[in-house]
Amino acid sequence: MSFDPARLRREIPLLADADRAGRPIRYLDNAATAQVPEVVIEAVAQHDRRLRSNVARGVYRLAEDATAAYEAAREEVAAYVGARPDEIVFASNCTAAINIAALAFGETLAAGDRVVVSELDHHSNIVPWQLLASRRGIALDWWPATPEGTLDPARLGALVGPRTRLIAASHGSNVTGARLDVRPVVEAAKRVGAKVLLDGAQVVPHGALDLSKLGIDFYAFSGHKMYGPTGIGVLWGRRALLEALPPAFGGGGMIGRVAKSGTNWAAPPARFEAGTPPVAQAVGLAAAVNWIRQLDRGAVEAHLQMLTTRLIDGLQALDAQRRVVRLVGPPAGHARLPVVSFDIKGAHPHDICQMLAETNVCLRGGHHCAQPLMDALGLAGTTRASLAPYNDENDVDALLEGIDRAIARLT
Amino acid sequence: MSDAIYHDAIVALARDASAAGALDAPQATATVDNPLCGDRVAVDLAFEGERISALRHRVRGCLLCQASAAALAIAAVGATREDLRAGTASLAALLKDGAPLPDGRFAPFAAFAPLARHRSRHDCAKLPLLAAEKALGTT
Repeated sequence: MSFDPARLRREIPLLADADRAGRPIRYLDNAATAQVPEVVIEAVAQHDRRLRSNVARGVYRLAEDATAAYEAAREEVAAYVGARPDEIVFASNCTAAINIAALAFGETLAAGDRVVVSELDHHSNIVPWQLLASRRGIALDWWPATPEGTLDPARLGALVGPRTRLIAASHGSNVTGARLDVRPVVEAAKRVGAKVLLDGAQVVPHGALDLSKLGIDFYAFSGHKMYGPTGIGVLWGRRALLEALPPAFGGGGMIGRVAKSGTNWAAPPARFEAGTPPVAQAVGLAAAVNWIRQLDRGAVEAHLQMLTTRLIDGLQALDAQRRVVRLVGPPAGHARLPVVSFDIKGAHPHDICQMLAETNVCLRGGHHCAQPLMDALGLAGTTRASLAPYNDENDVDALLEGIDRAIARLT
Repeated sequence: MSDAIYHDAIVALARDASAAGALDAPQATATVDNPLCGDRVAVDLAFEGERISALRHRVRGCLLCQASAAALAIAAVGATREDLRAGTASLAALLKDGAPLPDGRFAPFAAFAPLARHRSRHDCAKLPLLAAEKALGTT
Protein backbone atom coordinates (compact mmCIF):
# COMPACT_ATOMS: atom_id res chain seq x y z
CA MET A 1 0.00 0.00 0.00
CA SER A 2 1.41 3.38 -0.96
CA PHE A 3 2.14 5.96 1.68
CA ASP A 4 -0.73 8.37 2.23
CA PRO A 5 0.10 11.64 4.00
CA ALA A 6 -3.57 12.62 3.77
CA ARG A 7 -4.42 9.78 6.14
CA LEU A 8 -1.94 11.14 8.65
CA ARG A 9 -3.40 14.63 8.29
CA ARG A 10 -6.79 13.20 9.18
CA GLU A 11 -5.28 11.78 12.38
CA ILE A 12 -4.10 15.22 13.47
CA PRO A 13 -7.01 17.39 14.59
CA LEU A 14 -5.39 20.74 13.92
CA LEU A 15 -4.56 19.84 10.32
CA ALA A 16 -7.76 17.89 9.70
CA ASP A 17 -9.96 20.74 10.91
CA ALA A 18 -8.16 23.22 8.68
CA ASP A 19 -8.41 20.89 5.71
CA ARG A 20 -12.16 20.44 6.28
CA ALA A 21 -12.58 24.21 6.52
CA GLY A 22 -10.97 24.55 3.10
CA ARG A 23 -8.06 26.53 4.43
CA PRO A 24 -5.27 23.99 4.82
CA ILE A 25 -2.37 24.79 7.10
CA ARG A 26 0.92 24.29 5.31
CA TYR A 27 2.78 23.40 8.45
CA LEU A 28 6.49 23.41 7.70
CA ASP A 29 7.88 24.23 11.15
CA ASN A 30 8.13 20.67 12.42
CA ALA A 31 11.73 21.11 13.56
CA ALA A 32 10.42 23.60 16.11
CA THR A 33 7.31 21.72 17.20
CA ALA A 34 5.56 18.93 15.34
CA GLN A 35 1.81 18.53 15.25
CA VAL A 36 0.15 16.12 17.60
CA PRO A 37 -2.14 13.21 16.61
CA GLU A 38 -5.49 12.60 18.22
CA VAL A 39 -4.20 9.42 19.87
CA VAL A 40 -1.63 11.45 21.77
CA ILE A 41 -4.09 14.14 22.78
CA GLU A 42 -6.46 11.43 23.94
CA ALA A 43 -3.77 9.55 25.88
CA VAL A 44 -2.93 12.68 27.87
CA ALA A 45 -6.59 13.52 28.41
CA GLN A 46 -7.49 9.98 29.46
CA HIS A 47 -4.63 9.88 31.92
CA ASP A 48 -5.82 13.08 33.54
CA ARG A 49 -9.47 11.95 33.47
CA ARG A 50 -8.89 8.48 34.90
CA LEU A 51 -5.50 8.19 36.56
CA ARG A 52 -4.44 11.63 37.69
CA SER A 53 -2.47 11.43 40.89
CA ASN A 54 1.14 11.70 41.91
CA VAL A 55 3.50 8.85 41.18
CA ALA A 56 5.78 6.68 43.27
CA ARG A 57 4.26 7.83 46.52
CA GLY A 58 0.60 7.01 47.12
CA VAL A 59 -0.64 3.53 47.98
CA TYR A 60 -4.20 3.98 46.75
CA ARG A 61 -5.33 2.48 43.48
CA LEU A 62 -5.12 5.70 41.47
CA ALA A 63 -1.56 6.32 42.54
CA GLU A 64 -0.59 2.74 41.78
CA ASP A 65 -2.12 2.96 38.33
CA ALA A 66 -0.56 6.36 37.61
CA THR A 67 2.84 5.02 38.64
CA ALA A 68 2.36 2.00 36.44
CA ALA A 69 1.40 4.21 33.51
CA TYR A 70 4.42 6.44 34.06
CA GLU A 71 6.83 3.53 34.25
CA ALA A 72 5.19 1.86 31.26
CA ALA A 73 5.82 5.05 29.35
CA ARG A 74 9.46 4.85 30.35
CA GLU A 75 9.59 1.31 29.00
CA GLU A 76 7.99 2.36 25.70
CA VAL A 77 10.44 5.21 25.22
CA ALA A 78 13.37 3.00 26.21
CA ALA A 79 12.38 0.39 23.67
CA TYR A 80 12.09 3.05 20.98
CA VAL A 81 15.69 4.20 21.47
CA GLY A 82 17.23 0.81 22.24
CA ALA A 83 17.84 1.53 25.90
CA ARG A 84 17.14 0.06 29.29
CA PRO A 85 14.20 1.71 31.06
CA ASP A 86 16.41 2.64 33.99
CA GLU A 87 18.58 4.64 31.61
CA ILE A 88 15.69 6.91 30.62
CA VAL A 89 15.42 10.13 32.62
CA PHE A 90 12.31 12.19 32.02
CA ALA A 91 12.85 15.95 32.02
CA SER A 92 10.75 18.92 31.04
CA ASN A 93 12.30 19.26 27.56
CA CYS A 94 15.47 18.55 25.63
CA THR A 95 17.16 21.66 26.97
CA ALA A 96 16.48 20.57 30.54
CA ALA A 97 17.80 17.11 29.72
CA ILE A 98 21.10 18.53 28.47
CA ASN A 99 21.32 20.82 31.47
CA ILE A 100 20.84 17.84 33.78
CA ALA A 101 23.71 16.09 32.04
CA ALA A 102 25.89 19.19 32.20
CA LEU A 103 25.19 19.77 35.87
CA ALA A 104 25.68 16.17 36.92
CA PHE A 105 28.62 15.36 34.67
CA GLY A 106 30.08 18.77 35.43
CA GLU A 107 30.52 17.71 39.05
CA THR A 108 33.11 15.20 37.88
CA LEU A 109 35.21 17.82 36.07
CA ALA A 110 38.12 19.84 37.37
CA ALA A 111 39.59 23.16 36.35
CA GLY A 112 41.57 22.71 33.17
CA ASP A 113 39.36 19.94 31.82
CA ARG A 114 37.98 20.55 28.35
CA VAL A 115 34.68 20.04 26.56
CA VAL A 116 34.25 20.11 22.79
CA VAL A 117 31.17 21.99 21.58
CA SER A 118 30.18 22.57 18.00
CA GLU A 119 29.34 25.64 15.95
CA LEU A 120 26.50 23.67 14.41
CA ASP A 121 24.60 23.18 17.61
CA HIS A 122 21.46 24.65 19.06
CA HIS A 123 22.05 27.01 21.97
CA SER A 124 20.67 24.30 24.24
CA ASN A 125 23.80 22.22 23.59
CA ILE A 126 26.13 25.21 23.87
CA VAL A 127 24.99 27.45 26.70
CA PRO A 128 24.84 24.72 29.40
CA TRP A 129 28.51 23.99 28.66
CA GLN A 130 29.35 27.69 28.72
CA LEU A 131 27.69 27.94 32.11
CA LEU A 132 29.66 24.94 33.24
CA ALA A 133 32.86 26.52 31.96
CA SER A 134 32.30 29.61 34.05
CA ARG A 135 31.35 27.59 37.13
CA ARG A 136 34.02 24.89 37.01
CA GLY A 137 36.90 26.57 35.25
CA ILE A 138 36.84 24.18 32.33
CA ALA A 139 37.68 25.22 28.78
CA LEU A 140 35.56 24.85 25.66
CA ASP A 141 36.99 23.84 22.30
CA TRP A 142 34.87 24.82 19.31
CA TRP A 143 34.34 22.28 16.57
CA PRO A 144 33.90 24.43 13.47
CA ALA A 145 31.06 23.95 11.03
CA THR A 146 31.94 23.49 7.38
CA PRO A 147 30.70 26.05 4.83
CA GLU A 148 28.03 23.46 3.91
CA GLY A 149 26.69 23.51 7.45
CA THR A 150 27.98 20.11 8.49
CA LEU A 151 30.49 18.83 11.05
CA ASP A 152 33.63 17.19 9.72
CA PRO A 153 34.90 14.57 12.20
CA ALA A 154 38.37 14.92 10.69
CA ARG A 155 38.59 18.28 12.45
CA LEU A 156 38.29 16.58 15.83
CA GLY A 157 41.87 15.35 15.71
CA ALA A 158 43.15 18.82 16.45
CA LEU A 159 40.53 19.48 19.12
CA VAL A 160 40.52 16.36 21.25
CA GLY A 161 43.36 16.00 23.70
CA PRO A 162 44.25 14.39 27.02
CA ARG A 163 42.15 16.91 29.00
CA THR A 164 39.07 16.47 26.82
CA ARG A 165 36.30 15.02 28.95
CA LEU A 166 33.29 15.28 26.67
CA ILE A 167 32.28 15.99 23.08
CA ALA A 168 28.85 17.62 22.83
CA ALA A 169 27.33 17.72 19.36
CA SER A 170 24.11 17.61 17.45
CA HIS A 171 23.05 14.27 15.99
CA GLY A 172 21.15 16.26 13.37
CA SER A 173 21.23 20.01 12.80
CA ASN A 174 18.06 21.98 13.42
CA VAL A 175 19.28 24.53 10.84
CA THR A 176 20.98 22.71 8.00
CA GLY A 177 19.52 19.25 8.44
CA ALA A 178 23.00 17.72 8.39
CA ARG A 179 23.25 14.36 10.12
CA LEU A 180 26.34 13.62 12.13
CA ASP A 181 28.60 10.72 11.29
CA VAL A 182 28.70 9.38 14.83
CA ARG A 183 31.28 6.62 14.65
CA PRO A 184 34.40 8.79 14.13
CA VAL A 185 33.21 11.10 16.91
CA VAL A 186 32.97 8.18 19.29
CA GLU A 187 36.36 6.91 18.15
CA ALA A 188 37.96 10.31 18.75
CA ALA A 189 36.41 10.51 22.20
CA LYS A 190 37.31 7.00 23.25
CA ARG A 191 40.96 7.50 22.29
CA VAL A 192 41.25 9.92 25.21
CA GLY A 193 38.59 8.44 27.48
CA ALA A 194 36.12 11.24 26.84
CA LYS A 195 32.35 10.92 26.81
CA VAL A 196 30.00 11.83 23.95
CA LEU A 197 26.69 13.61 24.34
CA LEU A 198 24.42 14.02 21.34
CA ASP A 199 21.43 16.29 20.98
CA GLY A 200 19.00 14.05 19.16
CA ALA A 201 15.97 16.33 19.13
CA GLN A 202 15.86 16.48 15.33
CA VAL A 203 16.68 12.83 14.71
CA VAL A 204 14.40 10.95 17.07
CA PRO A 205 11.15 11.96 15.31
CA HIS A 206 12.36 10.12 12.21
CA GLY A 207 12.37 6.63 13.62
CA ALA A 208 13.58 4.27 16.30
CA LEU A 209 17.26 4.18 17.27
CA ASP A 210 19.57 1.76 18.99
CA LEU A 211 21.50 3.96 21.37
CA SER A 212 23.16 0.94 22.93
CA LYS A 213 25.09 0.44 19.69
CA LEU A 214 25.97 4.04 18.88
CA GLY A 215 28.83 4.04 21.34
CA ILE A 216 27.83 7.34 22.88
CA ASP A 217 27.25 8.12 26.55
CA PHE A 218 24.40 10.66 26.72
CA TYR A 219 21.53 11.40 24.37
CA ALA A 220 18.85 14.05 24.75
CA PHE A 221 15.60 14.68 22.93
CA SER A 222 12.22 16.32 23.38
CA GLY A 223 8.66 15.09 23.13
CA HIS A 224 7.05 17.93 21.25
CA LYS A 225 9.23 17.50 18.17
CA MET A 226 8.20 13.83 17.87
CA TYR A 227 4.43 14.35 17.83
CA GLY A 228 4.21 14.22 21.60
CA PRO A 229 3.17 16.75 24.22
CA THR A 230 5.13 19.78 25.25
CA GLY A 231 6.66 19.71 28.71
CA ILE A 232 8.59 16.50 28.35
CA GLY A 233 12.09 15.64 27.27
CA VAL A 234 14.39 12.70 27.74
CA LEU A 235 17.96 12.27 28.86
CA TRP A 236 19.43 8.90 28.13
CA GLY A 237 22.66 7.95 29.82
CA ARG A 238 24.59 4.72 30.02
CA ARG A 239 23.56 2.97 33.19
CA ALA A 240 27.04 2.77 34.69
CA LEU A 241 27.62 6.44 33.96
CA LEU A 242 24.32 7.55 35.48
CA GLU A 243 25.07 5.49 38.57
CA ALA A 244 28.40 7.25 38.96
CA LEU A 245 27.00 10.76 38.73
CA PRO A 246 25.56 12.93 41.47
CA PRO A 247 22.09 14.47 41.07
CA ALA A 248 21.61 17.71 39.21
CA PHE A 249 18.69 18.94 41.30
CA GLY A 250 17.56 18.20 44.81
CA GLY A 251 14.08 17.60 46.15
CA GLY A 252 11.45 14.95 46.49
CA GLY A 253 11.71 11.72 44.61
CA MET A 254 15.45 11.76 44.03
CA ILE A 255 16.63 10.76 47.49
CA GLY A 256 17.49 7.56 49.28
CA ARG A 257 17.32 8.93 52.81
CA VAL A 258 17.29 12.49 54.06
CA ALA A 259 18.66 13.22 57.50
CA LYS A 260 19.93 16.31 59.20
CA SER A 261 23.38 14.85 58.94
CA GLY A 262 23.15 14.42 55.20
CA THR A 263 21.29 12.87 52.32
CA ASN A 264 21.98 10.07 49.93
CA TRP A 265 20.49 9.54 46.54
CA ALA A 266 18.03 7.27 44.86
CA ALA A 267 19.29 5.11 42.05
CA PRO A 268 18.92 6.44 38.50
CA PRO A 269 16.69 7.42 36.86
CA ALA A 270 14.88 8.72 39.96
CA ARG A 271 18.11 10.41 41.08
CA PHE A 272 17.72 12.84 38.18
CA GLU A 273 13.95 13.38 38.45
CA ALA A 274 13.59 15.70 41.42
CA GLY A 275 10.02 16.72 42.19
CA THR A 276 6.80 15.60 40.57
CA PRO A 277 7.68 14.43 37.06
CA PRO A 278 5.73 15.17 33.87
CA VAL A 279 3.46 12.16 34.29
CA ALA A 280 0.70 12.79 31.77
CA GLN A 281 3.26 14.11 29.32
CA ALA A 282 5.25 10.89 29.63
CA VAL A 283 2.12 8.91 28.88
CA GLY A 284 1.53 11.15 25.86
CA LEU A 285 5.10 10.68 24.72
CA ALA A 286 4.65 6.91 24.86
CA ALA A 287 1.54 7.28 22.72
CA ALA A 288 3.57 9.37 20.25
CA VAL A 289 6.24 6.69 20.14
CA ASN A 290 3.61 4.11 19.32
CA TRP A 291 2.15 6.39 16.66
CA ILE A 292 5.55 6.69 15.00
CA ARG A 293 6.17 2.97 15.26
CA GLN A 294 3.01 2.06 13.39
CA LEU A 295 4.15 4.10 10.40
CA ASP A 296 5.90 2.33 7.56
CA ARG A 297 9.37 3.72 8.19
CA GLY A 298 10.73 2.93 4.75
CA ALA A 299 7.75 4.59 3.12
CA VAL A 300 8.01 7.61 5.39
CA GLU A 301 11.71 8.03 4.63
CA ALA A 302 11.06 7.77 0.90
CA HIS A 303 8.23 10.29 1.16
CA LEU A 304 10.32 12.78 3.12
CA GLN A 305 13.27 12.35 0.79
CA MET A 306 10.99 13.00 -2.17
CA LEU A 307 9.62 16.16 -0.54
CA THR A 308 13.08 17.36 0.49
CA THR A 309 14.39 16.88 -3.03
CA ARG A 310 11.33 18.64 -4.46
CA LEU A 311 11.93 21.57 -2.12
CA ILE A 312 15.67 21.82 -2.79
CA ASP A 313 15.15 21.46 -6.54
CA GLY A 314 12.47 24.14 -6.41
CA LEU A 315 14.72 26.53 -4.54
CA GLN A 316 17.52 25.90 -7.00
CA ALA A 317 15.14 26.56 -9.87
CA LEU A 318 14.14 29.84 -8.25
CA ASP A 319 17.79 30.73 -7.90
CA ALA A 320 18.37 29.98 -11.56
CA GLN A 321 15.71 32.59 -12.36
CA ARG A 322 16.43 35.22 -9.77
CA ARG A 323 19.99 34.64 -8.50
CA VAL A 324 19.16 35.43 -4.89
CA VAL A 325 18.65 32.03 -3.24
CA ARG A 326 21.43 30.39 -1.24
CA LEU A 327 20.84 26.94 0.16
CA VAL A 328 22.37 26.53 3.62
CA GLY A 329 23.11 22.87 4.21
CA PRO A 330 23.97 19.66 2.44
CA PRO A 331 22.50 19.10 -1.02
CA ALA A 332 19.69 16.66 -1.63
CA GLY A 333 20.76 13.06 -1.43
CA HIS A 334 23.40 13.62 1.25
CA ALA A 335 23.08 12.46 4.85
CA ARG A 336 20.45 14.93 5.89
CA LEU A 337 17.19 15.38 7.67
CA PRO A 338 14.13 16.92 5.97
CA VAL A 339 15.16 20.32 7.31
CA VAL A 340 16.01 22.88 4.64
CA SER A 341 17.40 26.33 5.37
CA PHE A 342 18.02 29.02 2.84
CA ASP A 343 18.95 32.66 2.52
CA ILE A 344 17.29 35.08 0.12
CA LYS A 345 19.69 37.88 -0.71
CA GLY A 346 18.09 41.21 0.11
CA ALA A 347 15.15 39.76 2.02
CA HIS A 348 15.07 39.17 5.76
CA PRO A 349 13.87 35.73 6.90
CA HIS A 350 11.18 37.23 9.12
CA ASP A 351 9.79 39.29 6.25
CA ILE A 352 9.65 36.16 4.11
CA CYS A 353 7.99 34.14 6.86
CA GLN A 354 5.51 36.93 7.54
CA MET A 355 4.48 37.12 3.90
CA LEU A 356 4.06 33.37 3.66
CA ALA A 357 2.07 33.31 6.88
CA GLU A 358 -0.63 35.25 5.08
CA THR A 359 -1.24 32.17 2.93
CA ASN A 360 -1.11 29.79 5.89
CA VAL A 361 2.41 28.59 5.14
CA CYS A 362 4.12 28.15 8.51
CA LEU A 363 7.88 28.60 8.33
CA ARG A 364 10.57 29.60 10.75
CA GLY A 365 12.97 32.46 10.16
CA GLY A 366 15.84 33.79 12.21
CA HIS A 367 18.90 32.35 13.88
CA HIS A 368 17.10 29.20 15.03
CA CYS A 369 18.89 29.37 18.39
CA ALA A 370 22.13 28.72 16.53
CA GLN A 371 23.90 32.08 16.52
CA PRO A 372 27.45 30.63 16.47
CA LEU A 373 26.49 28.81 13.27
CA MET A 374 25.04 31.99 11.79
CA ASP A 375 28.25 33.82 12.66
CA ALA A 376 30.28 31.06 11.01
CA LEU A 377 28.14 31.23 7.87
CA GLY A 378 28.18 35.02 7.81
CA LEU A 379 24.41 35.24 8.08
CA ALA A 380 22.08 36.96 10.52
CA GLY A 381 19.52 34.23 9.98
CA THR A 382 17.92 31.88 7.52
CA THR A 383 14.47 30.85 6.44
CA ARG A 384 13.77 27.23 7.33
CA ALA A 385 11.27 24.66 6.19
CA SER A 386 11.13 21.40 8.10
CA LEU A 387 9.03 18.49 6.95
CA ALA A 388 7.03 15.74 8.61
CA PRO A 389 5.27 12.68 7.19
CA TYR A 390 1.92 14.50 7.05
CA ASN A 391 3.32 17.11 4.66
CA ASP A 392 2.73 16.65 0.97
CA GLU A 393 3.61 18.12 -2.40
CA ASN A 394 0.97 20.82 -1.98
CA ASP A 395 2.76 22.09 1.10
CA VAL A 396 6.09 22.28 -0.70
CA ASP A 397 4.57 23.89 -3.76
CA ALA A 398 2.75 26.48 -1.64
CA LEU A 399 6.07 27.31 -0.03
CA LEU A 400 7.87 27.69 -3.33
CA GLU A 401 5.12 29.85 -4.80
CA GLY A 402 5.17 32.02 -1.69
CA ILE A 403 8.93 32.40 -1.83
CA ASP A 404 8.66 33.49 -5.43
CA ARG A 405 6.11 36.16 -4.47
CA ALA A 406 8.18 37.27 -1.49
CA ILE A 407 11.28 37.67 -3.64
CA ALA A 408 9.33 39.83 -6.06
CA ARG A 409 8.05 42.00 -3.25
CA LEU A 410 11.07 42.21 -0.97
CA THR A 411 14.14 42.18 -3.19
CA MET B 1 -1.60 39.20 0.88
CA SER B 2 0.65 40.56 3.53
CA ASP B 3 0.44 44.07 2.11
CA ALA B 4 -1.44 44.81 5.32
CA ILE B 5 2.04 45.00 6.82
CA TYR B 6 4.28 45.38 3.82
CA HIS B 7 2.34 48.22 2.28
CA ASP B 8 3.89 50.77 0.00
CA ALA B 9 4.72 53.33 2.69
CA ILE B 10 6.64 50.76 4.73
CA VAL B 11 8.50 49.46 1.71
CA ALA B 12 9.29 53.03 0.61
CA LEU B 13 10.66 53.95 4.02
CA ALA B 14 12.87 50.89 4.07
CA ARG B 15 14.07 51.43 0.53
CA ASP B 16 14.78 55.08 1.26
CA ALA B 17 17.15 54.04 4.06
CA SER B 18 17.19 57.65 5.18
CA ALA B 19 20.22 58.47 7.36
CA ALA B 20 21.78 55.04 7.04
CA GLY B 21 25.43 55.06 8.01
CA ALA B 22 27.55 56.51 10.78
CA LEU B 23 28.31 59.98 12.14
CA ASP B 24 31.95 61.03 11.96
CA ALA B 25 31.93 62.24 15.55
CA PRO B 26 28.84 60.99 17.38
CA GLN B 27 28.16 62.45 20.80
CA ALA B 28 26.19 59.39 21.72
CA THR B 29 26.01 55.93 20.25
CA ALA B 30 24.36 52.67 21.20
CA THR B 31 23.65 49.25 19.79
CA VAL B 32 20.72 47.01 20.68
CA ASP B 33 19.93 43.44 19.71
CA ASN B 34 16.68 41.61 19.34
CA PRO B 35 17.49 38.31 21.03
CA LEU B 36 14.61 36.52 19.35
CA CYS B 37 15.80 37.06 15.80
CA GLY B 38 19.35 38.32 16.15
CA ASP B 39 18.62 41.64 14.50
CA ARG B 40 20.85 44.51 15.52
CA VAL B 41 20.50 48.28 15.29
CA ALA B 42 23.20 50.84 16.05
CA VAL B 43 22.33 54.53 16.35
CA ASP B 44 24.67 57.55 16.46
CA LEU B 45 23.42 60.89 17.75
CA ALA B 46 24.72 64.45 17.73
CA PHE B 47 23.21 67.38 19.60
CA GLU B 48 22.88 71.11 19.39
CA GLY B 49 21.93 72.24 22.82
CA GLU B 50 18.98 70.19 23.99
CA ARG B 51 17.99 69.01 20.56
CA ILE B 52 19.17 66.16 18.36
CA SER B 53 20.96 67.66 15.39
CA ALA B 54 21.87 64.49 13.52
CA LEU B 55 21.13 60.78 13.60
CA ARG B 56 22.62 57.92 11.67
CA HIS B 57 21.71 54.26 11.95
CA ARG B 58 23.09 50.91 10.95
CA VAL B 59 20.48 48.19 10.70
CA ARG B 60 21.06 44.48 10.34
CA GLY B 61 17.45 43.56 10.37
CA CYS B 62 14.18 43.06 8.63
CA LEU B 63 12.33 45.41 6.36
CA LEU B 64 10.18 46.62 9.25
CA CYS B 65 13.26 47.45 11.28
CA GLN B 66 14.79 49.27 8.34
CA ALA B 67 11.59 51.24 7.80
CA SER B 68 11.45 52.16 11.47
CA ALA B 69 15.03 53.38 11.43
CA ALA B 70 14.27 55.53 8.41
CA ALA B 71 11.16 56.94 10.11
CA LEU B 72 13.21 57.64 13.20
CA ALA B 73 15.74 59.55 11.16
CA ILE B 74 12.95 61.82 9.96
CA ALA B 75 11.46 62.21 13.42
CA ALA B 76 14.56 62.64 15.53
CA VAL B 77 16.32 65.61 14.02
CA GLY B 78 15.24 68.66 16.00
CA ALA B 79 13.65 66.56 18.72
CA THR B 80 14.44 66.79 22.40
CA ARG B 81 15.01 63.79 24.63
CA GLU B 82 11.47 64.16 25.89
CA ASP B 83 10.14 64.25 22.33
CA LEU B 84 11.95 61.01 21.56
CA ARG B 85 10.72 59.30 24.69
CA ALA B 86 7.18 60.45 23.97
CA GLY B 87 7.48 59.13 20.43
CA THR B 88 8.68 55.76 21.65
CA ALA B 89 5.77 55.58 24.07
CA SER B 90 3.34 56.57 21.33
CA LEU B 91 4.63 53.83 19.03
CA ALA B 92 4.33 51.30 21.85
CA ALA B 93 0.74 52.39 22.46
CA LEU B 94 -0.05 52.22 18.76
CA LEU B 95 1.23 48.67 18.58
CA LYS B 96 -0.28 47.50 21.85
CA ASP B 97 -3.65 49.22 21.86
CA GLY B 98 -4.02 50.75 18.43
CA ALA B 99 -3.79 54.21 19.99
CA PRO B 100 -3.49 56.92 17.35
CA LEU B 101 -0.16 58.62 16.94
CA PRO B 102 -0.09 62.33 17.69
CA ASP B 103 0.40 64.60 14.70
CA GLY B 104 3.84 65.96 14.20
CA ARG B 105 7.29 64.55 13.81
CA PHE B 106 6.31 60.97 14.64
CA ALA B 107 3.50 60.82 12.10
CA PRO B 108 5.52 58.54 9.76
CA PHE B 109 5.26 55.81 12.36
CA ALA B 110 1.55 55.59 11.62
CA ALA B 111 2.63 53.31 8.78
CA PHE B 112 3.19 50.64 11.42
CA ALA B 113 -0.44 50.55 12.52
CA PRO B 114 -1.16 47.23 10.72
CA LEU B 115 1.55 45.66 12.84
CA ALA B 116 -0.63 45.88 15.94
CA ARG B 117 -2.11 42.41 15.50
CA HIS B 118 1.31 40.83 14.90
CA ARG B 119 2.72 40.85 18.39
CA SER B 120 5.85 38.90 17.50
CA ARG B 121 6.90 41.72 15.16
CA HIS B 122 6.40 44.68 17.51
CA ASP B 123 10.04 44.69 18.53
CA CYS B 124 11.06 44.98 14.89
CA ALA B 125 9.50 48.45 14.79
CA LYS B 126 10.69 49.39 18.27
CA LEU B 127 14.32 48.38 17.94
CA PRO B 128 15.67 51.63 16.38
CA LEU B 129 13.86 53.74 18.96
CA LEU B 130 15.21 51.59 21.76
CA ALA B 131 18.70 52.09 20.34
CA ALA B 132 18.15 55.85 20.26
CA GLU B 133 16.90 55.83 23.85
CA LYS B 134 19.89 53.78 24.91
CA ALA B 135 22.19 56.27 23.19
CA LEU B 136 20.48 59.12 24.99
CA GLY B 137 21.10 57.30 28.23
CA THR B 138 24.83 57.41 27.62
CA THR B 139 25.00 61.21 27.56
